[in-house]
Amino acid sequence: MNSETLIPYVGVVTDIRQDTPDVKTFRVVSPEGGKLFEHMPGQCAMVSVPGVGEGMFSITSSPTNTEFMEFSIKKCGHLTNWLHAMDVGQQITVRGPYGNNFPVETELKGKDLLFIAGGIGLAPLRSVINYVRDKRENYGKIQIVYGSRSKDDLVDYQEIINEWMADDGVEVNLTIDREQEGWDGHVGFVPNYVKELAPSTDKTVLVCGPPIMIKFTLAGLKEIGFTETQVYTTMELRMKCAIGKCGRCNIGNKYVCKDGPVFRFDELDELPDEY
Amino acid sequence: MLMISLDRLDELFAAVAAKQTLYLPADREDGQAEYRRWEDGVKLSSRLNTVRSAKDFFFPQTEDLVEFKMEGKNIEVIDPRKESEDFVVFGVRACDARSFTILDKVYLVEPVDSYYKTRRDHGTVVTMACTRPEETCFCRTFGIDPTAPEGDCACWSDGESLFFRANTEKGEKFVDSISSLLDEGDTEKLEKINERTRDVLSKMPLANLSAENFGGDKLNEYFNSDKWGELSEACLGCGTCTFVCPTCQCYDIRDFDTGHGIKRFRCWDSCMYSDFTKMAHGNPRLTQLERFRQRFMHKLVYFPANNNGEFGCVGCGRCLSKCPISMNIVKVMKALEVK
Repeated sequence: MNSETLIPYVGVVTDIRQDTPDVKTFRVVSPEGGKLFEHMPGQCAMVSVPGVGEGMFSITSSPTNTEFMEFSIKKCGHLTNWLHAMDVGQQITVRGPYGNNFPVETELKGKDLLFIAGGIGLAPLRSVINYVRDKRENYGKIQIVYGSRSKDDLVDYQEIINEWMADDGVEVNLTIDREQEGWDGHVGFVPNYVKELAPSTDKTVLVCGPPIMIKFTLAGLKEIGFTETQVYTTMELRMKCAIGKCGRCNIGNKYVCKDGPVFRFDELDELPDEY
Repeated sequence: MLMISLDRLDELFAAVAAKQTLYLPADREDGQAEYRRWEDGVKLSSRLNTVRSAKDFFFPQTEDLVEFKMEGKNIEVIDPRKESEDFVVFGVRACDARSFTILDKVYLVEPVDSYYKTRRDHGTVVTMACTRPEETCFCRTFGIDPTAPEGDCACWSDGESLFFRANTEKGEKFVDSISSLLDEGDTEKLEKINERTRDVLSKMPLANLSAENFGGDKLNEYFNSDKWGELSEACLGCGTCTFVCPTCQCYDIRDFDTGHGIKRFRCWDSCMYSDFTKMAHGNPRLTQLERFRQRFMHKLVYFPANNNGEFGCVGCGRCLSKCPISMNIVKVMKALEVK
């Protein structure tokens, strides 16, 4: 981390990919080339356009990518509208990495992993998925359940089809909310699909998505025999400083920016119900 | 103990101000006290405390964090800070002195806030023992002795002289720097005054207020208390309590276009405000109940949970005298307490 953590680095946007109608993935490198800083899967960074705003986004690229960082960002406000309108070559500022990470080098090692994502919730998980794909020997079987409103709203669709589905030992289950022309895959909400798939209960689960999806997915997992200590998720609250001082993301005695964003469900249970 | 006669205070302040910038509480025209930079003619206030706390010296209401020069698609990042000068804050009360160690637990833990740390490093805190506590005072609830204030150097007045005791290395330097003005004095009268002050304190309305049933152990019990609705019902969400509070430390970061570039500054903010936690996808604290609860839960439960039981309140009483609806932390503690 930069020793002056409130003073950001300058980054250059070298590629912009339109993933879905409202999600773009931005590739960022340092002006001298290469990554701005190292991170672990699940960690976040403060991305800013000076004069427009600054916001916390998960770093969606894997740490095993040695050339650049990527952020998948949904257009949903002032700053993200601006980011969506910019062109390649634009400089932005980035500071980080912030927060904890998924325990890829400890609790997750050697385990069979089940990833469950909804919509833009794939962004933080993509970092972990590509990390474990690149360090395949350290992990067991990988199952990915991913759903979105429609086929067009599946983020990273090409990467999923061309790379993840082509990997040995990686099972990918896609679903969309409603029937759609040209889609012959599964149709239905993620929580129900997970129950239908009935994954083996010895897996460790990583779930990210809209709060309502997370809620029903967790309930479904418990129904088929998973316990809260097996399930990890990420939280998001409003953030400004990203270092546990400005007070915004305080919940109970935790600060999501530094104690999170990754929490295991039994840890969340101890926090007041205010998220 | 080393002392100086009270009629030589101007001489003392002039000697301090000759070397460093000196700030002290002075009376405004409206009779209220505020910290002012000392210059010839500025008199030390005789009031108990300033309207605003002393946190500004280390955590100012606004400050520039970084500047950006924008040219086409390019950005230049500039650290706007200039070299800091040493300064002395004189006449800080025991409650405010403790607030600095509470702020330290936020800003000096990793990652250290270097803006705050620089000011702490350059500032010498000279405290003043209280002799006439007011009915809104409850510093002793949080283990603060107003007759023996913390700070780099503590001072006591016996009505004739001002006595000095250094508490830290910085305090020793301060006493050394004025030693040519000081004489050795008898503290007998001082001890009687301190005793009388403690006696008065034990008869004050809030003398028996205890925080022993608060802290991190009953986090969810207090959070889920059915008292919050009634307590917060009249709260206007004006944020006055947070602005006068010496330990409230939440802040906002915003950008300002100067016409020549972008200034990124931080400024005090308040968890009492409706947009404090508002996000693109919603707000986890939708009503004033949640926002009101957050402020008191943080001071009485969350902060002690993370800081070995130390509370995020120093009992200065500013919120008691300033809240437009007369709601305050004392009423909250009394209503909420589970024994």
